[in-house]
Formats: sequence, C-alpha cells, structure tokens
Amino acid sequence: MKYVDEFRDGELAQNLARSIAATVEAGRNYSFMEFCGGHTHAISRYGLSELLPPTVRMVHGPGCPVCVLPIGRVDLAIRLTLEQGVILCTYGDTLRVPASDGLSLMKAKARGGDIRMVYSTTDALQIARDNPGREVVFFAIGFETTTPPTAVAIQLAAAEGLKNFTVLCCHVLTPAAISNILESPEVRQWGTVPLDGFIGPAHVSTVIGSRPYEFFAEEYRKPVVIAGFEPLDVMQAILMLVRQVNEGRAEVENEFARAVTRDGNLKAQDRVAEVFELRREFEWRGLSVVPYSALRIRAKYAGFDAERRFKLDYRSVPDNKACECGAILRGVKRPQDCKIFGTVCTPENPIGSCMVSSEGACAAHYSYGRYKDMH
Amino acid sequence: MGEVKRGYVRPLDLKHGCVDLTHGSGGRSMVQLISELFAKYLGNEYLGQGNDGAVLPAPTFNGRPGRIVMATDSHVVSPLFFPGGDIGCLSVHGTVNDVAVMGATPLYLAAGFILEEGFPLGDLARIVESMAAAAKEAGVPVVTGDTKVVERGKGDGVFITTTGVGVLPDGLDLGGSRARPGDVILVSGSLGDHGVAIMSKRENLTFEATIESDTAALNGLIAAMLATGAGLRCLRDPTRGGLAATLNEIAGQSGVGMMLYEKAIPVKPVVAAACEFLGLDPLYVANEGKLVVICNALDAELLLNAMRAHPLGRDACFIGDVIADDHHFVQMTTAFGGKRIVDWLAGDQLPRIC
Repeated sequence: MKYVDEFRDGELAQNLARSIAATVEAGRNYSFMEFCGGHTHAISRYGLSELLPPTVRMVHGPGCPVCVLPIGRVDLAIRLTLEQGVILCTYGDTLRVPASDGLSLMKAKARGGDIRMVYSTTDALQIARDNPGREVVFFAIGFETTTPPTAVAIQLAAAEGLKNFTVLCCHVLTPAAISNILESPEVRQWGTVPLDGFIGPAHVSTVIGSRPYEFFAEEYRKPVVIAGFEPLDVMQAILMLVRQVNEGRAEVENEFARAVTRDGNLKAQDRVAEVFELRREFEWRGLSVVPYSALRIRAKYAGFDAERRFKLDYRSVPDNKACECGAILRGVKRPQDCKIFGTVCTPENPIGSCMVSSEGACAAHYSYGRYKDMH
Repeated sequence: MGEVKRGYVRPLDLKHGCVDLTHGSGGRSMVQLISELFAKYLGNEYLGQGNDGAVLPAPTFNGRPGRIVMATDSHVVSPLFFPGGDIGCLSVHGTVNDVAVMGATPLYLAAGFILEEGFPLGDLARIVESMAAAAKEAGVPVVTGDTKVVERGKGDGVFITTTGVGVLPDGLDLGGSRARPGDVILVSGSLGDHGVAIMSKRENLTFEATIESDTAALNGLIAAMLATGAGLRCLRDPTRGGLAATLNEIAGQSGVGMMLYEKAIPVKPVVAAACEFLGLDPLYVANEGKLVVICNALDAELLLNAMRAHPLGRDACFIGDVIADDHHFVQMTTAFGGKRIVDWLAGDQLPRIC
C-alpha cells in the first residue's frame, strides 16, 4: 500500500535497530515516554521492543483518549441515554470503557440506551438532522486531534439552526498532561520514574504544532522528538532521542516533518478558540484533578452544550481499588506490575480503562506482548 | 361484467408486493408463497414431496456406509445485498463449508426463513434465486424448509438458518485437535475480503476498486485436496473473527502454539487500505470462501499444487508453522521484524480514536 508500506519496511527497521544499538553508550540506561496511545499501539503491534537494545526502555504515557476518561464522565453519558432518552453518538472504542454499576456504554446499549457508534462528528450531525424529534448528544472525547472536528460540528449546527444537537465536551489538552507528569514527585523529586525524554504526539502536533513542547525541553531539560505513528517513525525518533541524551541536548526535534510544522494548523486552532475555552479544572483518570487541562464550550455556543442543556452534575467516582491504571498512566508502574492484570482484568472484562482500547498500555501488552512475561 | 377465468389465482406481486403476516399463518397465502417462490427456485424431488420432513436415502461414501456430519448456521447479515453476494448465497455457502471442512461430502440442506412483515417480495425472490443458484453450483439441494413471519420491527428483513448434512468416510478425521508441532499452516487465498466488503457497504465507503465478498462453496476445492491423499490434519473456514480466531481455536484444541509470518499472509492492497481506513486488522476480519489448512510439512507442496489448480485456491500459500508452546499462543513475526501475539478478539473490532 502506497505511503504506508514505506514506513513499515522491515529492512530499514533492521538498519535503524543497528544504528540505535551502535549509538547507545555502554553502561547507560535510557527511559523514554511515548506520550501517545498511537505510539504505544505501534510499538506493540509491530513488536518494536524486540528491535531495541535492552538498555532502552519505553514507558507508556497517558495519551490514550479513552484511558484518561474518568468513570464519572462515562456515567454522565450513560445517564443521558438511559434516563433522558437521548441518542448518544460516540467514537468506537469509548463503548467499552468501564463505568459505575458494572456498566459501560456497550452494556447501557443492551439495556435499551440508544447509543450509536460514529466515525466522525459529521455522522453525528446527520443523525441529528434525521431525527428532529429526538435529542442527539455527541460524546466528544480526545486530545487536540479530535477537538477541531467537534468545533466545526458545533459551528455547523449553529449555522443550520439545528436545535436538537448538543455536545458532551470532554476534550483534554496534551501540554497539561505532560506538565502534570513532569511535575509529579516520582519524576521531579524522588526520581523513581527515570524519564530521559519524550516521543511527542503525532496527530496532536499536526494541530498544535511543535512550539508548545519547547517549554518542556527548556524548563525541565527533557528532549522531545515529535514522531509519526508508523513504526519506522518511532524507531527514528528513538535514535534521535538517544543522540540528544548522549550529547546532553534537550531540544524539540521534529521527526514528523511531513505533517507537523512549528505553528501547527492555525485554522484549526482558530476554530477551537472560537468555540471552546479552558476549564478551570478537569478530572483525569490516573492524573486526578488537573487545573486548566481541558476545554468547555463557550457561553456563545451554550445552546450546544449538553452539560448546560441537561443540567448535568459531574460526580467523581473513584477507580477500583486494585486497579493500577493511575500509576500506569503516569509511567510509575508497568501493566504487568498490576495484581489484576490478565486475571480479573482482561480485554473481555476490563476493570481499568487502560485495558479497553488497543492504545491503552494494558490492552496493548495483553493483546500483543504478554508472551514475553511467560517465557 | 367481464369473463372470470376459472381456476385462476392472482400470482404473487413480486414488483410491488410485501411480506405480510398472512404469509406465515398457515393458510393459502403461505402455500402460495411457498409454491410460487421457494418451490419455484429451490424445487427438487425431495422438496417436492411436500411433507413435514424430507425422506432421504441413507448416505453412503463410494458405496460404503459412512458417518453423518451435520452443521447449522444462522445468517443475519446486514446489508442483505453486498458486493459479491447476498444473504441467500451466503446461507448456502456458510453451511456447505461447515460440513465440507470436516472432510465430509455435503449432501442436503434444510433452510428456515424468518421474514419481517413489510419485506419486499421482489427482494425475497432475489435472495431465494441466489440461494438456488448457490445450491446448484455446490451440488447440494435444499430438501426441506420452513417460513415464519414476524411483525414489523421484530426482525431485520430476513434471517435465514440453514442446516447441512454430509457423509464422512470412515477413517477420515479433520478435527481441530490434530495439529502437531512441526506441521505447517496454509491458506487458500487473500484474507478479509468478505468482512471489508460488508463494512464498506455499511459505512458507505467507496474505493477505486470495488471490494467483493469472497463468499463461495468450498466443497469442490476440499474434494480436490482430499483426492491427493496428503496428510491433512485439520481444515477450517475462517469466518467470524477471521484467521486469528480460527488459529487460536485450533491452537487451544490441539494444545500447540503457532508462529505466523506476516509477510507471507495474503491481503489484497485494497482490503489492506480499507482496513487502515476503518481501523481494522485484516487478520480478524471475516472470510466466507477461504480455507485454513494445517498439514504435515512434507505434504505442503503437494497440497498447495492441488489447491492452486482449483479456481478457489489459485492464491493458496504457506503462512506459518505449528510450534510447541504450553501457553498455546498464536504469535507472529511482523513484517517489521518484531514479534507479537495474535490474540483472540475481546468483542467486535472497534476503531481507535486517533
């Protein structure tokens, strides 16, 4: 397949693997966090860790949209469909995120909730147009990648005067999450989580550009290499990170230059700024309440805000006590360090959100890599 | 007043007519539906007996009594018509294949229809006609059937359940528990065509080349393979859950592991592209006209030649090895050069967000 196979070439991968092996310094350990679930998925699906020297360790970050969605937010969506009878439109892998009372959107659907999987906000708008007598709510989740399409949907709905369309906005911000990890005591004070650099987001960076990461490189002295989601991108980024560490540099480098610029997509940023504003605080699964880390709909578009229209009242719900998703999302623990990993918590019956999407650290390790724990 | 023709019954209106509740009520309407539609297309000497059950000769294999193999499969596909087929031919192929992969010669089919009130009779005729053509091509007649009608909203147009009976010669066993370390894994052609054809129709996606379902009856191909006398261990048709589910099933039943080679697994470029687009993995996508073969390594070449000589096995190839593994993992050496598990799917494949 054109423009895809080129980035999955096995021979190039072997060359890169040799370069990485030749570049790492003896006696030195390297720990890099891939922020995005897309990178986690690529690493697991292509068996990339087998190509890395044992001294290079990849730590999975919190950039998996469904993983950071707290139970309370999914509960809001379920209440909307089961109690208020709305049509709830959602992206695919949100369906299985565990919520309160043993429910998930998938289970709520079986109990009669009208829940529809959509591929884009355009699908959700069409459902609203086709069902003028019903309230249609789009469950908007994700980082900066999925935010502009939500903004456009709200603007289109406003322009059309679509009265039955609202958005349950749960969009979150990447830089806030990175700050939170870098400020965590495990990284900053105790050093129990060694972090020598970041693989920066791919799709998120196409929107926000590479500029926002410059602060992290400068302030926290951590190299950042923005990389695409194909496996060769990830390998190349690792090589670039190893070089930065060896040379004592902490810069933002852009491996994904074919799609990411320093300023990003200004048009998309304008749309987002027009429709959304910062929330004072937002609860993340794993990172708890993080100030100014998420977006809400501006008063100008209040008519399209499901939280306002349905007077929703957010209630925080603690995670299952045995679940280590929080520590795993911060890079403090690995999936296999969790007591319930692969026993009580499996992709069939996820207890924690990291076991839901194949971008989640636990599901990726369970589905693609758990043979390594057993041999 | 005009002349009224004696003995005239107004035929079913296949152009504008719809299924209604009388078609399932046991009265004249039902008899008319059966005779003008089902019997017309599917008719044969057994169906023509018109009794509650078909009386069939005891099955034999090469003149000797064999064992009976029986399989049943319900078909609820949506959309009912898709590129490369429809629910009618699919319901024949699915069950014929389930019987044939046991090593048996499929002999007869039974078909049960659940029709939803309001379903256009013209569409029903197209479906039954396609079923008849598939049954004829496979050489397996539909010998008995049943029709029920449910109220509007209680079905999804048409559901079809087919049951197949075949005869298996004594001494032949192709069950899933026979794979042994050292055996090899073959497939009869490209993977994922059926599932992607259905998904792209459902999502209204169009590609430069149409993706057609591979739905086909495999009994002819299997007969040609058996005729070689090669050391076949097991056969499966990788339908729901795709290649991944089928191999995990066999690995579990046989108590072995497997190692696949991603580079060797045939996937059409257009199917691979559609999977990228829809966020699917072709290894988990359904096939309706493909075979997974586990055989003695020494006989692989013989079998591959026999398969490639048949139109449904033209692209047959080797994809992996059966290995010893106490955990019964199906693993894969990726085209990228790494290794990973090819696990069971938790439920449906759900597209990732970014």
